[in-house]
Amino acid sequence: MLDFPRWKVVLVLVTIFIGILLAVPSLGGASLARYLPERFAATKINLGLDLAGGSYLLLEADTRDVEKQRLEKMEESVRTEMRRADPKIEIGDISTAGGELAFLVRNPTQVDTAVDLVRNLTNGIGVTGQRDWDVAVRDSIRIVMTPTDAGLKEEVNKALDTARTVVAKRIDPDGTREVTVVRQGADRILVQVPGLQDPEGLKSLLGKTAKLEFKLVDLTADPEQVAKGIAPPGSQILPYPDNPGGGPTIAVQRRIMVSGDQLIDASQGFDQQSNAPIVNIRFDGQGGRKFARTTQENTGKPFAMILDGVVLSAPNINEPILGGQAQISGNFTVESANELAIALRSGKLPVALKVIEESTVSPELGQDSIESGVLAGIVATLALVIYMLLTYMRFGVYTTLALFLNAILVLGGMAMLNATLTLPGIAGFVLTIGAAVDANVLINERIREEVRRGRQALQAVEFGYKEASTAIFDANITNVISAVILFWFGSGPIKGFAAVLAIGIITSVFTGVTFTRLIVADYLRRNRPKTINI
Amino acid sequence: MRPIKLVPDNTNIAFLRWRWVALAISVFLLLSSVALVSVRGLNWGVDFVGGQQMRISFAKPVDIGELRTRLEKLNVGDVTIQELGNSQTMNIRIPLVGSGNPISKCLGGGITASGQALDSNKIATKVRGEIVKGYPGVNIGSVASVSGKVGCELFSTGSLALVLAMTGIALFIWFRFEWQFGVGALVTLFHDVVLTFGFFALTQLQFDLNVIAAILTIIGYSLNDTIVVYDRIRENLKKYRKMAMEPLIDLSTNETLSRTVTTSLSLIITLAILLFLGPDMIFGFTAAMLLGIVIGTFSSFYISNPVLIWLNVGPNSFLASTRNENAERVTKPEGFL
Repeated sequence: MLDFPRWKVVLVLVTIFIGILLAVPSLGGASLARYLPERFAATKINLGLDLAGGSYLLLEADTRDVEKQRLEKMEESVRTEMRRADPKIEIGDISTAGGELAFLVRNPTQVDTAVDLVRNLTNGIGVTGQRDWDVAVRDSIRIVMTPTDAGLKEEVNKALDTARTVVAKRIDPDGTREVTVVRQGADRILVQVPGLQDPEGLKSLLGKTAKLEFKLVDLTADPEQVAKGIAPPGSQILPYPDNPGGGPTIAVQRRIMVSGDQLIDASQGFDQQSNAPIVNIRFDGQGGRKFARTTQENTGKPFAMILDGVVLSAPNINEPILGGQAQISGNFTVESANELAIALRSGKLPVALKVIEESTVSPELGQDSIESGVLAGIVATLALVIYMLLTYMRFGVYTTLALFLNAILVLGGMAMLNATLTLPGIAGFVLTIGAAVDANVLINERIREEVRRGRQALQAVEFGYKEASTAIFDANITNVISAVILFWFGSGPIKGFAAVLAIGIITSVFTGVTFTRLIVADYLRRNRPKTINI
Repeated sequence: MRPIKLVPDNTNIAFLRWRWVALAISVFLLLSSVALVSVRGLNWGVDFVGGQQMRISFAKPVDIGELRTRLEKLNVGDVTIQELGNSQTMNIRIPLVGSGNPISKCLGGGITASGQALDSNKIATKVRGEIVKGYPGVNIGSVASVSGKVGCELFSTGSLALVLAMTGIALFIWFRFEWQFGVGALVTLFHDVVLTFGFFALTQLQFDLNVIAAILTIIGYSLNDTIVVYDRIRENLKKYRKMAMEPLIDLSTNETLSRTVTTSLSLIITLAILLFLGPDMIFGFTAAMLLGIVIGTFSSFYISNPVLIWLNVGPNSFLASTRNENAERVTKPEGFL
């Protein structure tokens, strides 16, 4: 008991020293932290959103959207491929019902060629040799393409990766804010923005897919038919809520003049004549040339600016637009024009996202929670210290030392792991203080018992530590089990609680058993007391 | 100056003499809990049933009736408004329409359609807009908006965590002690968890995700007590091989009584301070924990111990591990500082 090997003493002291160093930056000692090596100054406990204030949003991608887009894209590819085939393959009766693409090959002798061509459009996935589409022939003239689960999964995965990047760019265009945008599971994106007071702007920004298209207005369409929703061949009917002269819909050609994919910049500005807010856009080289060519060919005709399937405005092409620059007009306010500019700059979302969970806490409320949490922590510690001193006298002093050290080590441990302190985490912290007492109580009570049985001071202490260890070990393992499970299954704040609990268990055993044993041994060696007052 | 001893030395309380009375009380409490939960139900938080919850501070006192009328006009479902301390801070809760009890909804396989999920957050936007418009200078402290689907997921993972923790701990105790002790621990856990549910049904405090964390912690600490006594029973079983089980358990309980009282009191002090001075956002969480410590102390005396007698634990239960009978002491586990 008394002969602590030197290396063990050194190890304990070094651990304590490092723990204190790690805890300093988090204890608000920014001025102190400057004198520390960079390695330590950088470690700091992060405050959870419930304490720092901010917004947590869980976004879910509409995977049916990906499925639909994929079918449409494949339909387009098949049409092109059949048209280009030599000799041309006539197809018809194309349907995308039931999530599969089916079409009729008019000339039965061409079915085999068609199947080969279509097969070439599919891709292999991974190393299993599986394809992303299954191709089958039904009734000997009908080709049916069914998306495979693996193919769809891959497509959703790609879409989500892109969506994550786009979301990050939209929220934090300059990359200066401490936002977290991570994927969660197959079809979700988790967004955390600290310090945000009102997430409504953010939500409307993320709610836009920002798919921008320019299409020519179909002037041949009969207004009566358009009102009924019937479009001429090669055209489509789109909603046009701000139509200045007519109904809420308009017929436009299906062919895209130029799309938002070919943008290189977008910014909010004002129209030179009307002074209304607009969005200035600039196309890349290819997009600019395409735009110049179509505007040259169609001068005097109207074209539609379409955002997410809704026509914003349909101005006339007064003159060819050659510089690759254009402006989007519509019924904008300065804010909505600015929002659209950001959305366009960050690119379009490959899939629509919706908010399925939101949690916002104002910074003021978070500050209140921190203050009352800290107050409760201080009062609880004081109360326990008094209780321990009265109950165990000299050994109560050791317990007190262990308690303070434990608090510092928990902070240090959290800082080292860059853990997040949440509101339940504060409760966990306070609870850890209470629990840290337990190890010492077990030991002290055991020492008392051994003294009562008539053992000498030295022997009583030795047996006290030895016997109590089994119970301390067993009891703390159960807490570790609950902490691990909480960490595994918990979300956000609960995870923070589990982290504090787990770190607290380790540090409380270290301070309660190892550290106090060291100082008790020191006391016994120096003073050689016959009896101990406990 | 002498140290204070709340528990006198060498107590000799015949705890187990009252075990039938205690059992009767336990059974009564368990039955009342089950009855309360099934009749009155739990006040499910929006994390489990889906919906909106907001905490709002107004610039000046507002009339709850007026606020309610204003929100009900939005046609978003049942609006519950609760004052927090004064008439300037309010808690507004709007569960999703048609959301009832997550047990039947989520475990019955009827996961809510995603259409409703979309509506969920739209409601938050609508309500927030209406409040900001109607009450200038308002401060929206917090907003939680959960769709039905996410609510179900949180509910299922929460339940799973609870079951896993209980099984994991029971298995560990079986491994460290004997199967009877494992069963004893499991019965104790079950008892504590059911009573906590009963408490929430009785007080109608909100039952949310934080409470699941509280229950898991209660499980951990309730078992602390149980394990300390079990540890002593194991030690005494090897020491006094001729002693009958009942006095042996009583002896072990008495020997550890001072520790149980001191530790439980420490935790109760800490939690009581946290309850009254700590953040009111976690009131339910702390209340559950405080209650759990009290229940846990009781159950470690009167649930985990009698189970050992009923399961016929005796000196021979540890025969396999007591080959070294002359050794008075058990060695501490290896690798432990």
